[in-house]
Amino acid sequence: MAGLVPAIHELTRGDKCVDARGKPGHDGRDRVAVSPKANRRGERRMASLKDMRVRIASTKATQKITKAMQMVAASRLRRAQQAAEAARPYADKMSAVISNIAAAAAGSPGAPALLAGTGKAQVHLLLVCTGERGLSGAFNSSIVRLARDRAQALMAQGKDVKFFCVGRKGYEQLRRLFDKQIVEHLDLRSVRQLGFVNAEDIAKKVLARFDNGEFDVCTLFYAQFKSVIAQVPTAQQIIPLIVEDKAANAPATSYEYEPEEDELLSRLLPRNIAVQIFRALLENNASFYGAQMSSMDNATRNAGEMIRKQTQIYNRTRQAQITKELIEIISGAEAV
Amino acid sequence: MATFHFDLVSPEKLAFSGEVDQVDIPGVEGDFGVLAGHAPVVAAIRPGILTVTTGGKHEKIIVLGGIAEVSEKGLTVLADVATSIAELDRAKFAATVAEMEEGLKEQEGDGLDQAIAKLDHFKSIQQQLNSTALH
Repeated sequence: MAGLVPAIHELTRGDKCVDARGKPGHDGRDRVAVSPKANRRGERRMASLKDMRVRIASTKATQKITKAMQMVAASRLRRAQQAAEAARPYADKMSAVISNIAAAAAGSPGAPALLAGTGKAQVHLLLVCTGERGLSGAFNSSIVRLARDRAQALMAQGKDVKFFCVGRKGYEQLRRLFDKQIVEHLDLRSVRQLGFVNAEDIAKKVLARFDNGEFDVCTLFYAQFKSVIAQVPTAQQIIPLIVEDKAANAPATSYEYEPEEDELLSRLLPRNIAVQIFRALLENNASFYGAQMSSMDNATRNAGEMIRKQTQIYNRTRQAQITKELIEIISGAEAV
Repeated sequence: MATFHFDLVSPEKLAFSGEVDQVDIPGVEGDFGVLAGHAPVVAAIRPGILTVTTGGKHEKIIVLGGIAEVSEKGLTVLADVATSIAELDRAKFAATVAEMEEGLKEQEGDGLDQAIAKLDHFKSIQQQLNSTALH
């Protein structure tokens, strides 16, 4: 089984005490242990052939892992994609209904803050959704980069920027630059199946902060799933809500509302935040597996290429050595 | 009898889609039935039981809040949670109700009123469930 080649995992163990307190350093001993081997020229070549074998085996093991990860990602991608597609009708309907009502209510002075905004745009909250794990190519960093560029642009304009990180990877990357500005971060690692509850949870936290007047504008960052090979990092403003013009231009059906428009709107707007976040999370999830699948596919192919090259060098070296030994034997025989 | 198109969607899935005769919806301001050719309306839904009638057959679906939209294209219900009665885990539902009763103690003011109203809705669902279970 090439997956567990003992040679890869063989470390200098047993003879080395890890706890070095109260003992003289063993640098000297190590040097003594290594140097005679390096001096014996004949054995050095043998070791190098062995080294090559080990390296090939190790690359093969890596290839098996990346191949397995690719297949796992492919099957999870299918499920994630289905979930993202299943959520679409709800989100679409929701925005259709809201833009219908909002078009009527936006002009009135009593429009809710979630729709009309707080009247200023001083403090921005960036809600950055990323993956929990790496090994997915540029997936996480492309979202982070978009958020970072936006944050720097806003700060250059003299605005205040706060971060709310969903997902471990984004938090780790943003922490290096904006540690003080991250007001909250959330880990979804323990969540096996993304549910609407998770999105509701995030929405509640965001809305609580909005009600406290901690920010004026909230923008959601996630990767939109286009296809397996294309994930587009996207910024979407969710507070105040941007009502699409397209819907306003369409002939609006004159609905009756029950209860009144403003009451209905005050129910729907917070819910819409949760729906948008849920959609972003699902899109993100599908994008993550898509990115992981293609990056693992690349890794598998690269490993295959490496194995081919290494094997060629190995065989060439081995043949050269055999030829050399033969020459030595023949010339030795001739001399006698 | 004229039929119309009915979509029941929850955030996680499309729970129902098809031509139906009549749908009875538990609205916030009272139950109402929707037949083909109903006037366009947008209504909020309280937690309750939604009844779908197709060709004389009744299907009951539990919805926990949401909105209903009637347009000339048909009826769309955006439910927060939609579970058909057959799928419902009664024990789990009872546990949720008990949990909500416990939670009442911590609420105050407006929150308490809302929580009590919500609990009432849940309890009425439970009552209906138990009464239909006997038949």
